[in-house]
Amino acid sequence: MHRYTTDMYEGMLAETTTVQGFNGDIINAYFARPLGPGPFPGVVVIHHMPGWDELYREMTRKFAHHGYLAFSPNIYYRFGHGSPDDVAAKVRASGGVADDSVLEDTEGSLRFLKSLPQSNKKVGVFGTCSSGRQAFLAACRLKGFDAAVDCWGGGVVMSKEELTSKRPVAPIDYTKDLSCPLLGLFGEEDQNPTPQHVHLLEEELKKYGKNYEFHMYPKAGHGFFYYDRPNYRQEPAVDGWKKVFQFFEKYLRTSN
Amino acid sequence: MCTGITETAQVKGSGKGPDGWFKLEEVNVSYDHPTDASLERALNIDFVNPKKGLSARVAVELSPESAKKLAETILTTLARGEDHMKNSEAAQN
Repeated sequence: MHRYTTDMYEGMLAETTTVQGFNGDIINAYFARPLGPGPFPGVVVIHHMPGWDELYREMTRKFAHHGYLAFSPNIYYRFGHGSPDDVAAKVRASGGVADDSVLEDTEGSLRFLKSLPQSNKKVGVFGTCSSGRQAFLAACRLKGFDAAVDCWGGGVVMSKEELTSKRPVAPIDYTKDLSCPLLGLFGEEDQNPTPQHVHLLEEELKKYGKNYEFHMYPKAGHGFFYYDRPNYRQEPAVDGWKKVFQFFEKYLRTSN
Repeated sequence: MCTGITETAQVKGSGKGPDGWFKLEEVNVSYDHPTDASLERALNIDFVNPKKGLSARVAVELSPESAKKLAETILTTLARGEDHMKNSEAAQN
């Protein structure tokens, strides 16, 4: 377990940068990393539906604080620039961001992290809400991730009526292609994904003999990590973060 | 809960945003996560003018119950206004 002690040197660099994503576009990204030669594992931090916002910058820095090269691509780049909520409103009005676009932005971020001299060549993917779904999708459709964390990703299980040109296939249908261990954190009171959705995904993971670890928290609903939202639940949030770091330590850390 | 449920309509009128009044072209109505309201899900209304950039937006986030009240209030007010206009026109004739 990577632990900071009070006698350790600690430093972090966090800044916006760019990366090549979908269609070869150069998109912007937020990159937080510990100072030092490493080697460090990496995490692609896919932002949630409400946007590439302050909360996701905080989460990105949290991963860096714990010793990860943390990279959060702006998957809403192509919708224009403005305050995160104005951009998110535009995305919402446009029917969301296409799965293929998110996947290529994520793949570009993965390649960037693995190319760094201080990388230990192990990279995970993390997301919450819509990006929990996208993290699962990335772990199924992209090669190269070593661990994935899906926090209450809604829309992994989709009915035919819910499929659109931007989201043409339900992620659960790609379960057989899952290429790395998966951690899932869910709330029993969530309405999307419901406990039934989580159960269906679990059955599919079992069917294909996948390495996964699911935790269903009682008295928690959707988004229980978000301290600025009414659904914040202190105990599940603290325990959930602990599980995220234990999981990434297990599958991504190679030294230190 | 991410629903992705959004409806769009073309509208005529004006809205007041951070830079003052602007012409409205569209209204986007969604039932999804709000940005600011302390609600798990909300009826979000965005009056926008896409030609004027992303900040040309008047945003409202309402609880579903409040949104129903608003819809009823709008329809009631419109009906009263239209009745008033009809009566005025009849009186003039």
